Amino acid sequence: MTPENQGDSLMVLHRVTGEDGAPRLLLAGKYTLAALGQRLHTLPAELVAYAGDPELQWDLTGIEQMDDAGAVLLWRAWGSRRPPYLLLRPEQERLFNRMKEAPTPPAPIPRDLLWPITILGKAVFLLWEHSTGLAILIGQMLLDVKYLIAHPARIPWREISVNLYRTGAQALGITALVGFLIGVVLSFLSARQLQTFGADIFIINILGVSIIRELGPLLAAILVAGRSGSSMTAQLGVMRVTEELDALTVMGIPHSLRLILPKVMALGIAMPLVVLWTSAVALIGGMVVAEIQLGLSYQFFLNKLPDVVPVANLWLGLGKGVVCGMVIALISCHFGLRIKSNTESLGEGTTNSVVTAITVVIIIDAIFAIVFSNVGLK
Amino acid sequence: MTNGACIIEVEGLHTRFGSHVVHEDINLCVHRGEVLALVGGSGSGKTALMRQMLGLEIPAEGAVRVFGEPLYGHDRKKLQSMRNRCGVLFQKGALFSALSVYDNIALPMRELRTLDEGMIRDLVMLKLKMVDIETRHASKMPAQLSGGMIKRIALARAMALDPELLFLDEPTAGLDPELSEGFVELIQTMRTELTLTIVMATHDLDTLVALSDRVAVLAEQRIVALGSLREVVGTNHPFITNFFRGERGRKALGSTGDALENTGGVL
Repeated sequence: MTPENQGDSLMVLHRVTGEDGAPRLLLAGKYTLAALGQRLHTLPAELVAYAGDPELQWDLTGIEQMDDAGAVLLWRAWGSRRPPYLLLRPEQERLFNRMKEAPTPPAPIPRDLLWPITILGKAVFLLWEHSTGLAILIGQMLLDVKYLIAHPARIPWREISVNLYRTGAQALGITALVGFLIGVVLSFLSARQLQTFGADIFIINILGVSIIRELGPLLAAILVAGRSGSSMTAQLGVMRVTEELDALTVMGIPHSLRLILPKVMALGIAMPLVVLWTSAVALIGGMVVAEIQLGLSYQFFLNKLPDVVPVANLWLGLGKGVVCGMVIALISCHFGLRIKSNTESLGEGTTNSVVTAITVVIIIDAIFAIVFSNVGLK
Repeated sequence: MTNGACIIEVEGLHTRFGSHVVHEDINLCVHRGEVLALVGGSGSGKTALMRQMLGLEIPAEGAVRVFGEPLYGHDRKKLQSMRNRCGVLFQKGALFSALSVYDNIALPMRELRTLDEGMIRDLVMLKLKMVDIETRHASKMPAQLSGGMIKRIALARAMALDPELLFLDEPTAGLDPELSEGFVELIQTMRTELTLTIVMATHDLDTLVALSDRVAVLAEQRIVALGSLREVVGTNHPFITNFFRGERGRKALGSTGDALENTGGVL
C-alpha cells in the first residue's frame, strides 16, 4: 500500500492492492473546482500516469463531492472513455453519462484563401453604403427644410436652441484655451525667424492670414468634431440601444425632423461663431507674444491688421465654419443612426464617427484652399 | 437537504435611497441547500435586498454575512474565493456583448488560472449541453441571440464554476410559458445533481410553486411572512391575499396542487 499524502488538499489518491491481488486506486475527498484549487496544475499528469495501467481498478465511491470540473478532469485523464474497471456511485454515474453525451465543439472555420479580395470587397461595399446613407440623409434634410418652409409652426426651435447651447456656448472654453496657446506658439516661432531678417512688422501679416483664414476654422472644426460629434453619435446610439428611436417612430415623430435637422442647423449656426471666437482668441495670444518679443504695441497691431489682411479671408473662414459645422453634424448623425443595439457597436460607431468627421473636415479645408486660391491673398 | 446552517445571514438591515425607505430592520437566514424565494410587489425591494446580499450595494444599517463572513473589508484574495462560490443570473442576462457565447462561459474559468484550455473547452461544452444550447450557437455574439437563449446562456455562465450559492433575479421574466417551464425544470435537475442553495426574486407564481422550499414576502419595508409556501399562503396580510388568492394565484396553486403536497412532504 502506497498512500499518497496530498498535504492540505481535500482530495486524496490511494493506491492499494485489492484482496484479489489486482491494483486498485481509491479516490477520496472533494473533487470540486473550489476544493482542487492549485492541485489542478499537477493532478492531470498524475491521473494520466495512473490511467496508463489498464489493469488498475478505479474506485470512486469514496469521493464525497464531485462537480463537473472533477468529472471532466477524470474523463480527460481516461482519454474520453471509461476505464475497464470502474466503481461508481449512482450520482457519479449520471455525471459521467452526461460527459459521454457532451457535444464536441464545432470545428474552427478554415481560413479563406481569398481574404485580401474579400476584405477589399467589403471595404468597397461599406464605402458605398456610407455614401448612399449620407446622400439619403442629406436628401431627407432638404425635404424636411421644404416641409418646414411650408409649415413654419413646425420648426423645432427648442431642439435647435438646446443644440446651439451644447455645441456652441459650451465649447467656448476649450476652443479659447487651444486657440490662445496656438496663437502664442505660432507668434513666438515666427517672431524669432523674422527678427533675423529684421522683418518684424510682417508678424502681423503671418498671424492675420494664417489664423483667420486657416488655423482658426480648422482648430475649431477639429475640436467641435471631437467634442460635439462624438456626443451626437453616442446620443443617437444610446437611443437606438434603449429603443427610444423606435418609440419616436411609432409615435409618428420623424427622427430626421426632430433629432437630426436641429443638430445640423444648430451646428451650422454655432460653428462660424465658434470659428470667430477661436480666431479672435488666437490673435490675442499672438499679439501678446508680439508685444513681448518684438515690442509691437497692441494698438499698432490692431491698426495694421485690417490693412494687411483683406476681409475676404474672414468671410472664407466663416464660410468654412458653416460648411464644416453642418458636415460634422451630418456625419455624426449618420454614424449614430447606423449603430446596432449592442454596446460593442456603440463604441465602434462613436470612434468611426469622430475619425471620419475630422478627416472630412481636413478634406473640406483642402478643397477650400484650392477653390479659393485667388481670393484674399495679395 | 436542509441542514439548518445559515449560508446567508441578514441582520437588522435598513435600506434607504435618499429619504425613501425601502427596508426597515430585515432579518433573514438562508439555509444551506434550500431554495428561498423573495416575493413582493414592484418597488418592494426584492432586487435591492439581493444586490445587498451580493455586495453590490452597501446597506444603510445592518450587516449581511455570506458563508459566515461579512461582505466588506476583506483582502482581495478572500473576497475572490467567496465570489467564486456564488453564481448570479441577472434579470437581463448581462452577457458581455464583446465576447462570444463560448467566451462568456469560459471567462470565469479562465480567470481562475488553474484550468488549461482543453479542460475549459470540455467544461463549456458540458454547460452548454446542460442548458440545452446547440454547439453551433457557441461562436455567436450575444446580440444575435433571442431573449430565451440569453437567459439560458447566462445561467450556464452563472453555473460555470459549479457554485454552492446561486442568485436568480427574475429567472423566468421575459420568457414565454413553455420556455419558462423548461427553465424551471432545468433548475430542478441541477438541484438533484448538485448541492445548491438558491436565492431567487420572482413575480412568477408558477416558478414560485415549482421551485421554492421557503418563501419570504417583502411588503411595507419588512418581511411580513417567511416559511413554506403553505404557511405563507395561510398568513393573513393584504398583499399575500391579493398575490396568492387572486384568480392567478388560485390557478397556479391549484394546477400544481399535487406538487404542493409533495413539497409539503419534503419540508
